[in-house]
Amino acid sequence: MGEHLDARGAAAWIRHAAELVTADAGRLTRLDAAIGDGDHGHNLDRGFTAAVAALPDEAELAGTRPGKVLIAAGRAIVSKTGGASGPLYGTALRRAGKAFGDASEADAAAVGEALKAALDGIQELGQANEGDKTMIDALAPAAAAYRDALASGAGLAACARAAADAAEAGADATVPMQARKGRASYLGPRSTGHLDPGAASTALVLRALADVTGRE
Amino acid sequence: MRKLINDPENVVADALRGLAAAHPSLRVDPENGTVVRADAPRAGRVALVSGGGSGHEPLHAGFVGRGMLDAACCGQVFTSPVPDQIIAATMAVNGGAGVLHIVKNYTGDVLNFRMAAELAEDEEIEVASVIVNDDVAVEDSLFTAGRRGTGATLFVEKIAGALAEEGADLASVASIAREVNERSRSFGVALSPCTVPAAGEPTFQLEDGEMELGIGIHGEPGRERVPLADADAIVDASLSAIDADMPLSGSEVLVLVNGMGGTPLMEQYIAYAAAARWLEGHGATVVRPLVGPYVTSLEMAGCMISVCRLTPDLTRLWDAPVDTPALRWDR
Repeated sequence: MGEHLDARGAAAWIRHAAELVTADAGRLTRLDAAIGDGDHGHNLDRGFTAAVAALPDEAELAGTRPGKVLIAAGRAIVSKTGGASGPLYGTALRRAGKAFGDASEADAAAVGEALKAALDGIQELGQANEGDKTMIDALAPAAAAYRDALASGAGLAACARAAADAAEAGADATVPMQARKGRASYLGPRSTGHLDPGAASTALVLRALADVTGRE
Repeated sequence: MRKLINDPENVVADALRGLAAAHPSLRVDPENGTVVRADAPRAGRVALVSGGGSGHEPLHAGFVGRGMLDAACCGQVFTSPVPDQIIAATMAVNGGAGVLHIVKNYTGDVLNFRMAAELAEDEEIEVASVIVNDDVAVEDSLFTAGRRGTGATLFVEKIAGALAEEGADLASVASIAREVNERSRSFGVALSPCTVPAAGEPTFQLEDGEMELGIGIHGEPGRERVPLADADAIVDASLSAIDADMPLSGSEVLVLVNGMGGTPLMEQYIAYAAAARWLEGHGATVVRPLVGPYVTSLEMAGCMISVCRLTPDLTRLWDAPVDTPALRWDR
């Protein structure tokens, strides 16, 4: 993949994220059943499948930009997912796409900016903060780890790997938290002891980015 | 999983095909999950659009018709509808006097309706939104997503729908919807969980001899798990929780004893008898009762009690004629 994300790379990211979500849909749904309403994996699978269907074909990818690819994927997710995940994931991808602007390829720094834009978009819409036991608990440490890796001179693949590792650690760290947003918050103290499904799926999407940028 | 279905992936569309066949007066789009009353759009009238996840039938599609909703958007089971559905329904019913979105307070519903309202404004349709959050089991604080919208959604849809039918403007219809919400509280108890068809497994487990207090309507667990009790005790727990939050003594009230989907009507009437006794004993006067499964949670057993403190105006609008698949009278 090299040190840039072009339209083809952005499409590969969405496609691989969809693969990981589909493979893990059962686990995500079981996590959601424990503290929510048991549909997260199923809904996200439907949303990412729609995002893949909305991707430009191979011929079109040569002539388009990574920002446009992410915006199209985000729109499809908003249209097909439902629940809170649809607007949240859709907004994240659209904001990331907008952050790329019209560039034909995004370098490591631009991908870091896009992650930050996605985080800001989700926080604006969902009004959640770190520690609320939501997808923010995976995405915020991921964006920070990405920024730190970039500052220490790492390239795109290494930054993305740092972000994915941080997202997984962040998701694991939601287990003892008491939910303050979303449906799990209705459980109060009973929401502790469970991994947050939104944080778990966020870690999958960032792992997909690391996998795709790490390919030779 | 034992369900009367054909395909777990298509339950919503299959059910809407049945609704369409049984109620030809509705315009049903099973693929897109919208239900619109036949005479929409009505020029110069405020239109009401509600919606949410499916699995709560008859809410919301069963309340589309004269004197209640103009359209309902049906999401996947327990999953909010998407903005495309909401905007399609909003445009189908817009008669130029504005559209009221009635939204139950769940993060997904609130976010999808908010995105749809922004899109509607791009189409120059005036949209007002009212959030229903009547469930006292959830503490309304910075530490939760806020109270859930449950049984009082029916009160809001009926009363605001009656005012819209009279020709009131959007601000007045939105205002009375908020008033009904503010004067209403609900509390629910589950005796068994429910199974989302696509998931195939119950959303939580209850052992013999246990029940779940303070449930929502999505098969999510509730506030606490306690030993199973009899109907009188369940009703006492429910109404005590409501009364502690909104004192009922001295009020004229509308009471809904609502079956959650898996509890027989006979048991709902046993609960209603206890509720009527409880309210009389605590100084409230029941002026309008309603008993039945109106806001359900698939096949969950249990009941939810909703109470609205009426005013003469609200009583008049509650009594106004309504003609929908699930609620119909001409008093």
